[in-house]
Amino acid sequence: MSLLTLFAIVFVLFVLIRIVPGDPFSVERMSAEMILQKREELGLNKPVLVQFVDYLSLLASGSFGNGTALYNGAPIKPILTACLWNSFKVGVLSILFGTIVGLTIGIVAALNRGKILDGLCTLVSILGVCIPSYVSMIFLQYFFAYKIPFFPYFFDPSNFFGSAIMPALSLSLFAVSTIARFTRNEMVEVLNSDYVKLAEAKGLYGFELVRRHVLRNALIPVVTVIAPLVVDLLTGAMVIEKIYGINGVGKLMVDAIAGQGVDYNYVLALGIVFSALYIGVMLVLDILYGIIDPRIRLTTKEG
Amino acid sequence: MDEKILSVKNLDITFRTNAGDIHAIRGVNFDLPTGKTVALVGESGSGKSVTMKAVTGLLDSNAIINGGQILYGAENPVDLLTLPKKTLRREINGRQIAMVFQDPMTSLDPTMQIGDQITEGMLLHKKISKSDARKKAVELLKLVGITDARKRMENYPHQLSGGMRQRIVIACALSCEPKILVCDEPTTALDVTIQARILDLIKELQQQMGLSVIYITHDLGVVAKVADFVNVMYAGKIVEVGTVEEIFYDPRHPYTWGLLAAMPDLETDDERLYSIPGSPPNLLHEPKGDAFAARNKFAMKIDERETPPMFQISETHFAATWLLHPDAPKIDLPPELKARLLRSRKAANYG
Repeated sequence: MSLLTLFAIVFVLFVLIRIVPGDPFSVERMSAEMILQKREELGLNKPVLVQFVDYLSLLASGSFGNGTALYNGAPIKPILTACLWNSFKVGVLSILFGTIVGLTIGIVAALNRGKILDGLCTLVSILGVCIPSYVSMIFLQYFFAYKIPFFPYFFDPSNFFGSAIMPALSLSLFAVSTIARFTRNEMVEVLNSDYVKLAEAKGLYGFELVRRHVLRNALIPVVTVIAPLVVDLLTGAMVIEKIYGINGVGKLMVDAIAGQGVDYNYVLALGIVFSALYIGVMLVLDILYGIIDPRIRLTTKEG
Repeated sequence: MDEKILSVKNLDITFRTNAGDIHAIRGVNFDLPTGKTVALVGESGSGKSVTMKAVTGLLDSNAIINGGQILYGAENPVDLLTLPKKTLRREINGRQIAMVFQDPMTSLDPTMQIGDQITEGMLLHKKISKSDARKKAVELLKLVGITDARKRMENYPHQLSGGMRQRIVIACALSCEPKILVCDEPTTALDVTIQARILDLIKELQQQMGLSVIYITHDLGVVAKVADFVNVMYAGKIVEVGTVEEIFYDPRHPYTWGLLAAMPDLETDDERLYSIPGSPPNLLHEPKGDAFAARNKFAMKIDERETPPMFQISETHFAATWLLHPDAPKIDLPPELKARLLRSRKAANYG
């Protein structure tokens, strides 16, 4: 099923990219003859479906082919892998930060619902959603790189942790607020539920009550929010990567579209990788859901 | 009256809401004699559930207790309202006073196995090993009439029917051998045949374990089946109290008359179903005088000015209505009710 979805995505992407305006040759210094020659070379003069079959056999051989415009037509795979790895490292850091801080804020807010701490947490999460990452990022750079030169301005692979913290932080702000808000709402709902009241009537209270009955029930739906955020964070953010100078996939995507003409093969390769990641994470999520929620596990077994 | 295991005195509770303060409980008094069943009856919003939440310490955080006492224990009564929450949970909840909620579909944790939910209380309150607790849980499941008890221990709530879930909730409640069982409309969410079985079950368990039971309901049919004493609540007050016979055969408060007349009856030729006109007062604006006056066709002038005190009718029977004042005019019972009371008295004699 997942593979079928992926195939459909590849097909749609492939056709679309050839329909939309812009091609690898929209650069002024190429003459008409050179363009014709290039088209011939890349096989772009063949019918689209034939090109698609060619592309599929290319994919089947485990390659994304060469660039059609970027980096003088060098093979895509090594460049893509390197960029993915960079985005991945920063992404993982921001996921960790976003999830831990988001959950903490949400849980603290829910347990103190209606009090000042709750309001404060709500304020933080609203700010986090409202402030775009490129604004918070500039603040971070101003304070922690310029005023107090604690972190470097730009990303530097040789000093990963030092330089990745600021971009990871600004990247994760949205995740923090989304997770915090969602966790709080789910927690409050569970705290008001009959089964928590019944557990209290049994004599449970405090931490024991939260651990045994509240957390598990509240966090099951939170997992569904975290999953798409994970993909978002892993695939990088174009603006952030551009500003911090991270050689990641977000930046690569911008270059592939807006660099020297549209690079068909890069856009396709990135599209495939992003989709595959998304489908993969959703698949893992479905499996995970079955494990943590008994209702789903048992219905699939019976049905 | 015999020994009292629980005694609520002058309980007064206000809820702080965005709309203003709601005076939900306006001086409630009732006693629970040891080993008996007391029913709290009234419309939605009359304060029956709030009273019970106060007894079990489950009031929402916006509730303010203005005064009163909830005395627990026959010999050296403790005021539950003065206990810190921690002590209340550790010493009273589950151990002394257990509760069965209205809706079995939502009162079990959906992600926890039945067995764990039943043993939870025992492991918390008693020095008992996990395997012993599970053995006891299987016994409890058999006691509440669940077949395949051992297999059911590993089930999750969604695999069971509503009636079975309510049996499980009862098993949870009984796991620590409490003295008092509070049932908050335990059969309202169930269909009628299951309802009858759950009522029988509670009654049976009560005799076996010597439980004292508080029954909250708006269903007078249920009250007639289970209760020894009845407290009729209206607008945060108890308006009539008596033994079940006194309330059903010799009701004195016009609100009780209304409730009894509103019960569907197969014996009557009247096609219409009586209902009490109007709706209960909004306790955001506390009514002056008798809260029921506006809906009472027998209301007198004094009802609008002054709240009636409890008039004593017999040793166990009290009602708060000015109609019982020696100076009040003699009134005739509404005819539809009169016929009905006669019928039910007759039926009782036959039965």
